[in-house]
Amino acid sequence: MTTYLVRRLLWLIPVVLIVAGITFILMHNAPGGPWDRDPSAKQVDPTTLKRLEEYYGLNKPLWRQFMAYMIGDVNSKGKFVCGLVCGNLGPSYRIRGVMIQDYLFKPPAGKNFFYSRFGYSMRLGFLALGFAILIGIPVGVISALKQNTLIDYISLFIATVGISVPNFVIAIFLIIIFASGLGWVSIVPKSWDEVSVWILPAVVLGFGVLARTARLTRASMLEVLRMDYIRTARAKGLTERVVIFRHMIQNALIPVVTFLGPALAGLITGSFIIETMFGFPGMGRAYVTAIQQRDYSMIMGTTLIFAVFVALANLSVDLVYTLLDPRIQLTD
Amino acid sequence: MAEANNTPKIPSILTDEITTPARDLLVDAWYRLIRNRAAVVSMIIILAFMVVALFANYIAPHSPLQLNSGKGFLPPAWVERGPNGMAGDPAFLLGTDTLGRDVLSRVLYGARVSMMVGFIPTFIILLVGTMVGLYSGYKGGWIDNLLMRFTDIVWAFPDLLFFIIVMISLRETFLGQAMNGLLLLFGALAIVNWVGVARIVRGQVLSLKEKEFVEAARCIGARDSRIMWKHIMPNALGPIIITAAVTVPGMIITEAILGYLGLGLRPTTDANAFFITSWGSLLLDGQVSINAQPWVLLAPAICVSLIVLAFTFLGDGLRDALDPRMQGTQ
Repeated sequence: MTTYLVRRLLWLIPVVLIVAGITFILMHNAPGGPWDRDPSAKQVDPTTLKRLEEYYGLNKPLWRQFMAYMIGDVNSKGKFVCGLVCGNLGPSYRIRGVMIQDYLFKPPAGKNFFYSRFGYSMRLGFLALGFAILIGIPVGVISALKQNTLIDYISLFIATVGISVPNFVIAIFLIIIFASGLGWVSIVPKSWDEVSVWILPAVVLGFGVLARTARLTRASMLEVLRMDYIRTARAKGLTERVVIFRHMIQNALIPVVTFLGPALAGLITGSFIIETMFGFPGMGRAYVTAIQQRDYSMIMGTTLIFAVFVALANLSVDLVYTLLDPRIQLTD
Repeated sequence: MAEANNTPKIPSILTDEITTPARDLLVDAWYRLIRNRAAVVSMIIILAFMVVALFANYIAPHSPLQLNSGKGFLPPAWVERGPNGMAGDPAFLLGTDTLGRDVLSRVLYGARVSMMVGFIPTFIILLVGTMVGLYSGYKGGWIDNLLMRFTDIVWAFPDLLFFIIVMISLRETFLGQAMNGLLLLFGALAIVNWVGVARIVRGQVLSLKEKEFVEAARCIGARDSRIMWKHIMPNALGPIIITAAVTVPGMIITEAILGYLGLGLRPTTDANAFFITSWGSLLLDGQVSINAQPWVLLAPAICVSLIVLAFTFLGDGLRDALDPRMQGTQ
């Protein structure tokens, strides 16, 4: 188990290296420098440009810039600045004097970690995941127990819609209904301290996961229903409640757990657009803003963080999976 | 006479000529598919969108780029009093946007990009994925190793992040400008997604190549390429077709997301261009005035939902038709 865990964690290193490498090369290929939006019209005069490039180390050869980003390099003042290995994601090209890691992880003065951009996204993500699981699993269980009834058909149809229609399109419909039409919520809330304003973004973000969870639970329940041990459990006179909760659901949920890894990844990437739509002060919006402003160091930093989280999510799911089902051995 | 009585009578079932013609597996699947109501409706919707995409320039009532001055902010034709107090104009069925461009025409032209983005990369990834998957599963060796390592990388990199970075960085290059940026989008989508198809085909091949009919083919001296394409491929066709049906909507959604982020189709002012606007760009346009003119946003949103739902139901129908044992389990 420990060997497996160590090996999987070590596997993160090449993943980060490759993601960083691809992102780095592509970002440096991007048109114009970060200060020249339009390469033909030089908006920054040459002297300033030279100083900026010296300050950010962009005048050095590409491989050295990459090494500087990953490990660290001596800066223009002759001082060694540690790179990614120390958790330093470099300065933002757009917001003066702000380091990427501070921008994403440092909460505003007087607040705790949950009020940083990362903290906001984390809270929204867990809220969405909780909503999806708490609704999705019961819906799946009920529609399997009542297979081929009206309840089953309705929940199956809603689940199909939830799986196929992308979450930002659902967000559009819900915003138009609840914000523009009924006026129950404002589209972009002024403050995120109230609980009620979190409902709509969390529901939208979690809806796809909910739909998938419901469908998977249903499919897995239907399979378990036909198992011999269910017949045995009934035959030995257990109450239906015990059969359903102890024998069916516990076994049916195992395949559902494997889906949670991709689900977390989906929540992370889904957050870009949802956060932007609702003006949510999280990491996803920081990423989209960085794209629009061509803040290359910010794009690179957020991409790396997202990639690491997706990898960690997959790892933790694999671990939970083995705890749930002792038949599965971690060998890979 | 006695001799004739001694010969055992052959049951007629063995001598009768078979009157029902032998049916192909795919023909069988087709008959099962067209009995599925949801799948048939989906096919009709998809076909309708394809026709719209091809003939958008004949169907659209207005030019999608024409600015109708004084006709901006019009609600859909059936609305008598919109949020801004204006009434709909029958000439503009779905209303107009802020600049007075006809929403219906723009949505019709948008179908073009979405259908192309749905089908062309899918075609490429099916072709490449099937070939690589076949060789990798059948022959193993370095192709197999390479495929596995490549999959590890692709699965580690969240694909949307990759598309975004590619679209940003290569936008101004030759590749990014060809076909208003669509060529780059096709390429990026294909590079990431072929791996999934290859993995599915590989898995199929690994189990199929142990089957008796492959052994039989090998015994009578069939070459490897013949076994792969004539014996294994047709049997792996079902999962490939199902994958195609679920890949297409994924592509359409990705285009819409990228367009919404302003990274999809490059805007054009050339009225003769084949690709003028996409549903993603329309969503981006509509987002600005969500309160004043929700219809600008609703029209492309409904189109995206409709086409994606159609493909999902078609995919479900195909799964049931091609693999009846799986019916109702997913």
